[in-house]
Amino acid sequence: MNFQEHLPALQVVLPLAAAPLAMLLRDRLAAFVPVLAATWAAFAVSVLMWLQVDATGPISYAIGSWAPPWGIEYRVDSLSALVLMLVSGVAAVVLPYSRASIEREIRQENHYLFYAMFALCLTGLLGIAITGDAFNLFVFLEISSLSSYVLIALGRDRRALVASYQYLIMGTIGATFIVIGVGLLYLKTGTLNLVDMGARLQEMTSHRPVLAALAFLTVGISLKLALFPLHQWLPNAYAYAPSAVSAFLAATATKVSVYALLRFYFSVFGETAVFQRLPMEDLMLILALAGMFVASTVAIFQDNLKRLFAYSSVAQVGYIVLGISFDSVTGLTATVVHLVNHAVTKGGLFLLLGAVMAGMGGVTLSRVHGLGRVMPLTAFGIVLCGLSLIGVPGTAGFVSKWYLILAALEKGQWWLVFLIVLSSLLAAAYVWRFVEAAYFRAPRADLVAVHEAPAGLAIPAWIMVGATIWFGLDTSVTVGSAARAAAMLLGTAQ
Amino acid sequence: MNPETLILAALAIPVLGSLAIVASRKLPNLREAATLTTAALLFLVVVQFLPGVLAGERPSARLLEVLPGLDLAFSIEPLGMLFALIASGLWIVNSIYSIGYLRGNDEKHQTRFYVCFALAIAAALAIAFAANVFTLFVFYELLTLITFPLVTHHGSDKAKAGGRTYLGLLVGTSVLFLLPALVFTWHVAGTTDFRPGGILDGRLEGFALGGLLALYMFGIGKAALMPFHRWLPAAMVAPTPVSALLHAVAVVKAGVFCVVKVVVYVFGLDALAGATGWLVGVAGFTIVAASLVALNADNLKRRLAYSTVSQLAYVVLAAALLAPLSVIGAALHIAAHALGKITLFFAAGAIYTAAHKTEVSQLDGIGRRMPWTMGAFAVGALSMIGLPPAAGFVSKWYMLSGAMAASHWPAVAVIAASTLLNAGYFLPILWRAFFRPTDDAQHPHGEAPLPMVIALTLTAAGTLALFFLPDVPLALARDMLGGMP
Repeated sequence: MNFQEHLPALQVVLPLAAAPLAMLLRDRLAAFVPVLAATWAAFAVSVLMWLQVDATGPISYAIGSWAPPWGIEYRVDSLSALVLMLVSGVAAVVLPYSRASIEREIRQENHYLFYAMFALCLTGLLGIAITGDAFNLFVFLEISSLSSYVLIALGRDRRALVASYQYLIMGTIGATFIVIGVGLLYLKTGTLNLVDMGARLQEMTSHRPVLAALAFLTVGISLKLALFPLHQWLPNAYAYAPSAVSAFLAATATKVSVYALLRFYFSVFGETAVFQRLPMEDLMLILALAGMFVASTVAIFQDNLKRLFAYSSVAQVGYIVLGISFDSVTGLTATVVHLVNHAVTKGGLFLLLGAVMAGMGGVTLSRVHGLGRVMPLTAFGIVLCGLSLIGVPGTAGFVSKWYLILAALEKGQWWLVFLIVLSSLLAAAYVWRFVEAAYFRAPRADLVAVHEAPAGLAIPAWIMVGATIWFGLDTSVTVGSAARAAAMLLGTAQ
Repeated sequence: MNPETLILAALAIPVLGSLAIVASRKLPNLREAATLTTAALLFLVVVQFLPGVLAGERPSARLLEVLPGLDLAFSIEPLGMLFALIASGLWIVNSIYSIGYLRGNDEKHQTRFYVCFALAIAAALAIAFAANVFTLFVFYELLTLITFPLVTHHGSDKAKAGGRTYLGLLVGTSVLFLLPALVFTWHVAGTTDFRPGGILDGRLEGFALGGLLALYMFGIGKAALMPFHRWLPAAMVAPTPVSALLHAVAVVKAGVFCVVKVVVYVFGLDALAGATGWLVGVAGFTIVAASLVALNADNLKRRLAYSTVSQLAYVVLAAALLAPLSVIGAALHIAAHALGKITLFFAAGAIYTAAHKTEVSQLDGIGRRMPWTMGAFAVGALSMIGLPPAAGFVSKWYMLSGAMAASHWPAVAVIAASTLLNAGYFLPILWRAFFRPTDDAQHPHGEAPLPMVIALTLTAAGTLALFFLPDVPLALARDMLGGMP
């Protein structure tokens, strides 16, 4: 019984324990400390597990020592290790930021609530990524969803309530679809363990309930990951939530949903012949392309920067799903690597927008006129993240695009190569709108005296921006892990 | 210092120089001293490589591995050496000129100007030294982005519109065509390294080969091949020193440099045989069409811009002919046109600063008021037309010889016709300047500020020197093809 052995349990238990503690303490500083400690500890745990997986292969942990498939198994392989590290890493950066950020955006008597819900949301997201049990996954999904509804609704902007309600309805429909899918699979296989389920589905590929389960799961998870056209909840939720919440959710929530999709597709259905019976690849391809183009075009015409980049997120989800549709190692590498790259890029963007919100009092394009003059560092950071969205070399976004194009070339689909690069020009168009407002317009008369963001906001934001650049230059962690994960998912590794 | 550190030092010097410029922003004299020192230091470091490269060495350095097998790496081969010498050498002269121009015209944001300029030179050097297409692409994009604040320097609506065209076309072509070309090269060859003789090893032929070539040629928008040339005249809204060094030398030469580099080191001359007919056509069309536009342009900088478009197409044409002699001519023309065109732009900026004139039709009799400026202009014009004793004659000689050796008569005709057109739009300027009476006797003015006159005299002298002493560039150009003819 050593410490190393129980890392998988600690990963989830630490933030889970911090949440009620924050509720009980009620004071905003006293609530912050345990949540911060738990978040940083969770990040440390995820790094340790990533190293362990890298060295010795997947970790299987039986909760309460009930051996799988009867008990709940926590399973950490190269994909989940990466997602765990991403989620807890983003949380570890966003939480210190939120302390300064929610000062203005959330009423003080609700601060403890924010910290508690943040811890719960983190618990849920980490749980989804670590669990090897289908029903447990659903439970964690609900934990993260319910807490994120609260987090969004905490915003002072009253439109946040509507946004949260919209998300609640859509999210609940998605969750219901997922639980129906899981139920159908349980009905057919009699097991909830994902690995076991995958093995037992082998002989049942033609059974109608299995096909129905795939359909329910696809729709349900697609709602959560905001795949076009099921993205309607996302722009408002990101736009009106408190800045720290926008950043955290934009960087993690949809990414974990992508993880769930990959899990079900490749670990459960992957071994079976289901995909030969349903045109899933074509469907994914069409929806991904539609998302890339429609959402990017809509983004160009947004006036609120948070909404603009929220629509950009929908478009970027398109890239992620496009990678899945290739059903090749390169394609999945693109998916997984973009999962990480887009998370740090968008996380950095929303953190910087929070700083803009704090300085300029709003994030509409007309308000950020002259941002390059009054908040030069923040404006420059937004441009850097924007370049990553476009996929300029030297930024993380370029690496993702490289693998996507390579995957399209491997399939010999030239038209797709051009659609991919064309959509990055759409990204250039919406980033350009910010550049023009920030650098070619004079600041509003009442905003000339605005100063650069305080360190409490700037440092976390620049950690993310730094990661965006770093992952564009040194890809040994991101691409290395992503390639291993892709090979594992397609079963070509061992 | 070993070559590896020296290469990284060469790339770091302008970057560190830009920091020094920022640090001394409150003291303009110190700031300008920082620019000049950096430029001089950089040139000295670049020259260090010359003897080694001429002796057949290929100093190289690896910065980091971005993707498995895909490095950010540098290696100095003869063509890159030539380009680096031009860019870093002319940066010194241009800095002297900039000081006179920016102060003479009371330009704003001078610190930003010098910083962006230093960083642009760093990017141009990185392009010159790039060891593979990937590194080239990275710094190619960076060069576009860094020069953008220079193009929109004035911040006016006109500058904004020009900047939009500039960024739109350069980023657009590179993302739409060059990026797929890069990934496709990687996909086919498994490497993007520049190697003598090319890296495709006959894996592509017919339509795929022509397609990849087209992606490269149109993707390298900085070479301003029609129909993607419009960014170049649009960029003329920039202050003249920017037009001079960047849009006559660093940026556009980075473009044609990439073209020659890709043709020689990615495809290989032999491998392309028969696949470049359309490219000769497009380049020939660009030469003639751009000359016709220049013929009708009254704005001096616009005329020079279209002359640049036409001259860049010479390089593309010469490379597309695939004859060793013409490819040597292409490399020489990178040097010759750089010296000649920077002189012309310097003169245009000097006229603007001293006389506030921008149109050709206003230049009556100006040669008598500004003899040094217009004398230098005459030398530059001779070089553009390709007459001795200017550098343009040498490069044109090689290009023509190559075209004849390849028995490509349409190309010969294009070169001959465009020589006439060049004469048609440059000689009238000289005639006006020296032989027409001046019409503004009540607005007396003399030469531009001294730093500007010094700068344009130096580049004009360089244009003449390159005619009499073409040994170094010629040796480099020959080495590029493995010491052939």
